[in-house]
Amino acid sequence: MKNLPSARLNVCLLAAALLLFPIAFDDPFYLDVGVAVLLAAISASAWNIVGGYAGQVSVGHSMFFGLGAYAPLLFYTLWGWPPLAGIPAGIALSVALAIVVGLPTFRLSGHYFSMATIAVAELIRIFFGTWTLVGGAIGLQGPAVARGWWDLTFRGDMPYYYIFLAVLGLLLFVTYEVERRRFGFYLRAIKASERAARSLGVPVRLTKLKALVLSATFTSAAGSLYAAKTGFIDPDSGFGILVSVQMVIVAALGGAGTLFGPLLGALILVPLQTAANTWFGGGGSGLTFILYGGIIVLIARFEPGGLFDLWRRLSPLIRKRVHAA
Amino acid sequence: MLLVQVIVGGLLLGAIYALFSSGLTLIWGMMNFINFAHGEFVMLGMYAALLVVVHLGGGPLAFGAAAALALFLLGIVVYLALIRHVMRGPMLSQILSTFGLALLLRYSAFFVFSANFVSLPDTALSGTLNIGGVFLPVAQLVAGVVAVTLTIALHLLLTRTAIGSRLLAVAEDRSAAMLMGIRPDRMQALAWGLSAGAAGIAGALLATAYPWSPSVGETFGLIAFVTVALGGFGSVLGSLYAGLIIGLIEAISAFWLGAIYKDIVVYGLFVALLWLRPQGLMGKA
Repeated sequence: MKNLPSARLNVCLLAAALLLFPIAFDDPFYLDVGVAVLLAAISASAWNIVGGYAGQVSVGHSMFFGLGAYAPLLFYTLWGWPPLAGIPAGIALSVALAIVVGLPTFRLSGHYFSMATIAVAELIRIFFGTWTLVGGAIGLQGPAVARGWWDLTFRGDMPYYYIFLAVLGLLLFVTYEVERRRFGFYLRAIKASERAARSLGVPVRLTKLKALVLSATFTSAAGSLYAAKTGFIDPDSGFGILVSVQMVIVAALGGAGTLFGPLLGALILVPLQTAANTWFGGGGSGLTFILYGGIIVLIARFEPGGLFDLWRRLSPLIRKRVHAA
Repeated sequence: MLLVQVIVGGLLLGAIYALFSSGLTLIWGMMNFINFAHGEFVMLGMYAALLVVVHLGGGPLAFGAAAALALFLLGIVVYLALIRHVMRGPMLSQILSTFGLALLLRYSAFFVFSANFVSLPDTALSGTLNIGGVFLPVAQLVAGVVAVTLTIALHLLLTRTAIGSRLLAVAEDRSAAMLMGIRPDRMQALAWGLSAGAAGIAGALLATAYPWSPSVGETFGLIAFVTVALGGFGSVLGSLYAGLIIGLIEAISAFWLGAIYKDIVVYGLFVALLWLRPQGLMGKA
């Protein structure tokens, strides 16, 4: 680890840039993009724990996001409880769902898990669309005017920005700790070869399940934050397949299974998406998804390690060039 | 009588599910690879049929053959350009490759054909038969019978012919097959062609009897997963039985519970299967 000091310096610079961004760009539009970047980074980093580090590719993580988003607004709609109280409920439901999905599929090969996640997410999306208690196809709304800070309803985007940033910081810290510990080594062993890991005594099923539970916890929290910010949720924005796609593509673009890959992916993709939507107008969302599909195919075909891996391979070459010149 | 009608309708639709699911199970059984874009192949088969009817004025035989051929070629292209390079790579690449392809095809179809529902103009298969009080659209009847025939034909192709033996040899042991003078790449390209071709012709059959929009690919893709999981991975005969069963379950749950609940019942069945019998009806554990 020769480059450790420079890595630490980079992290400090990144943290400072993220902390100072709202002050430097004190403009509602930029702040809105910043909040969207942070939310995408949180969701993708949460996905990354099970999809990147453990190599169990979920294409239905919206099931946890949606539960996290619905719980606070449901508590508010039913009993007028502050949305803050619904966050732990969302997490509890997501953890239970993670166990229901993970227990049977983690006995089988990785494809079963992927297929099960997409089917379960779709099942819940359709079910919520028919369930009147959760507002059916119309969805739920949060408090319009805050009764206190616990309602998590703020006028400007600034408070959201720092709340999201704090959650992202916590998540990256947890991921960093996971990376260093035995648990992290287990995860990478399973990703490299499940059979080899098992023969070396790694408790494969339990480790995968733990990763999924941890991932579901933070994905659910991301959903709650989204619901608090927008004050509104419906089956498509909670459980839709595009919610899952966003997590996968952001993580895979930056680098699945790396600590800062998802953040890098969010920093690139979200502003790009905002720009595309402004250029193409409202009808551009279709084009955006064509682009998403194309990017995903290209990553899978040429750069499964994402941009982080590409940079790792290219940077020594560039440095050599610079020295030679 | 109404219930009989519902049951027959469900079985006829289930026969088409069986046909396109047999394509998915072929790839899974041969290469241990899941194609997330399989439903989109079905959807493209439907539009291929529409284009042939509208622009060339082709009859059922022509648009069926055109959809099958177009998708057969697309399957081979997808294998050569994409799958061949990712199939021995990390799991992430394997899943993302066809998942991304599915998005690309689905939203391109939205872009080209718009989100509106379309249906084939009246063809030679229009009209309704009355068999002892049960009313059956001719198109549905023909589509169901053709689908069952083709699924059985695919099963026979795999189990009774030299080509089938070669395909299975590659599935069994790639390097041993190579030593026997079989080219695995050619066989796998052929398998992708057959798989997508089955989806394409299933799409053309669906198009004769049901209206559709670009989003049907997602639904059919999930139904193919459930069918393959129920029938057993790699078993064409299993997916025939499973397709019929799922068509039946869907029709009956739509009849008793309401149309919106049929998907919930089918996906719920999938989750239950994963818990109780992940190897399916006819699969090996």
